[in-house]
Amino acid sequence: MLKEDNRKLMLEKAIKDHQYQASALLEILHKAQELYGYLNREILSFVASSLKLPPSHVYGVAAFYNYFRLKQPGEHVVTTCMGTACYVKGAEDIISAVEKEFNVKRGDSTADGKLSIFTTRCIGACAMAPSIVIDDEVVGKATKEIVIEKIKLLLGGKKTETS
Amino acid sequence: MTTKTVSLKIDGHDISVQEGTSILEAAIENGIDIPHLCFLEGLTKTGACRLCLVELKGQAKLFASCSTPVSDGMEVITDSVKLKEYRKKTIQLLLSERTHVCSVCVANKNCELQALADKLGVDHVAYEREWTGEKVDSSHPFLVIDRNRCILCTRCVRVCDEVEGVHALDLKLRGKDSQIIVDFDDSWANSTSCTSCRKCAKVCPVGAIYVEGEPLSQTKDRNIANFVLSRRKK
Amino acid sequence: MSSKRLNFCWGVKKLKPADIIHLAETELDAHRSYKYRINVCCSSGCIPFGALKVLKAFEEAVKEFGVQKECKVARTGCIGTCSVGPAVMVEPGDYLYQSVTPEKARQIVRDHVVLGLPVKEMLYGNKAYFEKQHRLVMKNAGKIDPYRIEDYIAAGGYSALVKCLLRMSPKEVIDEVWLSGLRGRGGAGFKTGQKWTFVARAHRSPKYIVANLDEGDPGVFANRTLAEADPHAIIEGMLIAAYATEANKGYIYIRAEYPLAVETLKKALDRARAMNLVGQNILETNFSFDIELRLGAGAFVAGEETAILASVEGNRANPRPRPPYPAASGLWKSPTLIDNVETLANIPQIISHGGLWFSKIGSPTCTGTKCFSLTGKVKNPGLIEIPMGITLREVIFDIGGGPPDNKKFKAVLVGGPSGGCLPETMLDLPIDYESLTKAGAIMGSGGIVVIDEDSCMVDTAKFFIDFCVDESCGKCTPCRVGLHKIQETYTRIMDGEGKPEDLDFLRSISSYIQDASLCGLGQTAPNPVLTTLRYFGKEYNEHIVDKKCVAGKCSFKHQVKEDEL
Repeated sequence: MLKEDNRKLMLEKAIKDHQYQASALLEILHKAQELYGYLNREILSFVASSLKLPPSHVYGVAAFYNYFRLKQPGEHVVTTCMGTACYVKGAEDIISAVEKEFNVKRGDSTADGKLSIFTTRCIGACAMAPSIVIDDEVVGKATKEIVIEKIKLLLGGKKTETS
Repeated sequence: MTTKTVSLKIDGHDISVQEGTSILEAAIENGIDIPHLCFLEGLTKTGACRLCLVELKGQAKLFASCSTPVSDGMEVITDSVKLKEYRKKTIQLLLSERTHVCSVCVANKNCELQALADKLGVDHVAYEREWTGEKVDSSHPFLVIDRNRCILCTRCVRVCDEVEGVHALDLKLRGKDSQIIVDFDDSWANSTSCTSCRKCAKVCPVGAIYVEGEPLSQTKDRNIANFVLSRRKK
Repeated sequence: MSSKRLNFCWGVKKLKPADIIHLAETELDAHRSYKYRINVCCSSGCIPFGALKVLKAFEEAVKEFGVQKECKVARTGCIGTCSVGPAVMVEPGDYLYQSVTPEKARQIVRDHVVLGLPVKEMLYGNKAYFEKQHRLVMKNAGKIDPYRIEDYIAAGGYSALVKCLLRMSPKEVIDEVWLSGLRGRGGAGFKTGQKWTFVARAHRSPKYIVANLDEGDPGVFANRTLAEADPHAIIEGMLIAAYATEANKGYIYIRAEYPLAVETLKKALDRARAMNLVGQNILETNFSFDIELRLGAGAFVAGEETAILASVEGNRANPRPRPPYPAASGLWKSPTLIDNVETLANIPQIISHGGLWFSKIGSPTCTGTKCFSLTGKVKNPGLIEIPMGITLREVIFDIGGGPPDNKKFKAVLVGGPSGGCLPETMLDLPIDYESLTKAGAIMGSGGIVVIDEDSCMVDTAKFFIDFCVDESCGKCTPCRVGLHKIQETYTRIMDGEGKPEDLDFLRSISSYIQDASLCGLGQTAPNPVLTTLRYFGKEYNEHIVDKKCVAGKCSFKHQVKEDEL
């Protein structure tokens, strides 16, 4: 069961705003991911019963679209654009270097859950290729050195805070 | 209300059928065989397997005969050299996609894919074959799903939704990673929506969904969707 | 009356057609009261590089120097020079400043606005970039504030809608679109007038319109830029389409990966609704049409016209076979018009200036202009709009400046991941639907990616196949399994295990996938394979026979092992 809290209230409101229409499923899933960060079984189950949709349909839709995350992402998220312009300008080299440096595979999180690495197909900053999104910051004309440095700073910064 | 009849030619034979009929249905009605897999009488036509492709005179593109409605004066070619070649390719691709070993399959000799391969003269698979390692879900008291044998025709998904009405089955992911799922990708035993009606096993063209311990010749029933739907109309 | 109070009034009052014209005049007067106007590009290309800070710095500097009354600072959409952002344009005179920082902003206000001396060393020096362009769809981009509907109206916006409502029958509107020769900008190039006629002829209600802004092609950002810079052009185009085809409800399907475009469109729709331009009894006439946004969620295939319908309905974006065509049976089995947003944004101008005027722009078979995002290895990447029919060479070398660092041009990819890779010898090809298709490429939704000698064409083709394998919905066999077999073959070739017969295999399975696939994704996915084989066959042979990659991209890991033994 989904915990009774503000987020649930907001999700319920969004569902109501869409008049419980089955066709609003994607909109609702977007809202849910915005509120919870990802879509777990409880959330999907709540959405399915609210919209009166079969569970397999809701899961099938959520798992079809790349934008929806079914697993909890790490504390920090690094997304490498793998659009054509970025690829041509060496995005693959950058992400491979990041994978190696932090011992994490694309689409996955580090063992301590601090860092997740994703790839995406074009964020549209092609003129600044290669582009990497580190949390909410877009780094244009990126190099592997800059990106690794920035991630290290991010992880290091967090560490001193918690220790 | 009178329904209009439409006259067309399939492989040179003159045919008259009701308006709204698909080319494939018109062919079946008139004893002309067009290979097909995902199509099943009574279910939504998805045009997914691409085996039933035909040529239409005057059109460069190929059309899925299951989903293309007939029209007056249409001239259909179902067995050109190119179509035969393409069908063989499709069958080989399906055979190479997952783990298809007829001799150890529950559906051996009761398999639509195997029968088509035989009929179309597919005597080898020219593509590198995959050996998938999907887990077999046999948690349900008697229904088993072996995703290694699935050809993603979605007959089970459609029969569950459109005939049984519960939509316990669907697909997850996409592309070559697509898989049939039960509810929230649960094990079948934990499904809250499945009614254990067996229709999925009855319509599965291969040996991906079957009833444990029951010969497939007994389970399979191509007519189930049509039958239930026609009873419901009464 | 101050413009602030005016805004307030318009927001409450139900607007009538004459009010639009009145509002345009009032706004223009307000614009004329300023001596200078500073347009700060705040599109997705410039924001990551500090455009919002620059905007704030301009506002503060204008206050600091006390020139608020004579200098207007405006937040605008894309100016087009995305590689030297943040870009700032000072009017009059269209002085374009590049890579502006908050410090430079202050200097620009001090020197240019206060002293009247443009800061020469900060100006964008490349005149050629704009010379061959023709800004039609993007005419307002970088000039108006996309958040202010008044700016759009002052630039002549919504006057085409008024013209339709007051003086034209739906049929006359369609006739005008026919006459213009406009073709769908989403890629296939279907005649827009014809499409509208099909939908208009379907006498069933409700009817829907879907505006396609699912720009999933990697390396393409033309539609996004349009939505961020001039959202009302899309909305007005949709309204006119709805009037012409007698549609009741519209959806704009936009990628969730474009948050700024989503926000801009949302605000634009809210404003249009508040001003009686969208919704019930538009401008107090009998015409009603509502528009909703629908967010995509990361599926390239959702740009295909039947898949977009599935997605708008809240399903997996699986395409379905045609016939039936969406014009007869689309959203919820009702007649549906699906147009790309760039197509729709052309409509207001066609109505305002007439179809005949439009038909004289571009080439005779392909009228009008096309927006392209020009990226990859060129000196001046960015968003460009060119008249149809100019050559690839003009785009890449005259506008784009050719590859940087004295590298040699190798290929150009036109039309996204399912486009074609064309070599130097094809550069004099005019850009129009037929010529591109004949050469093995497609117009697609407007991407031109330039590749230089550092790239391996085998690797490039594999990149696109990887993309299409990932993005295949998996419904039909040829695309789902066939593309995967192509991918495996490429992996082998690049690992050093290629065989001469692989080339024949690639050719034959490619044409099978083109012919037998269910939707446009599969039907065009093999294009990069076929064009690289056709134009760069030598590189394949080097990979297979000599186990050599001139660009040094391929690992030949199996080959290396043998050498080491």
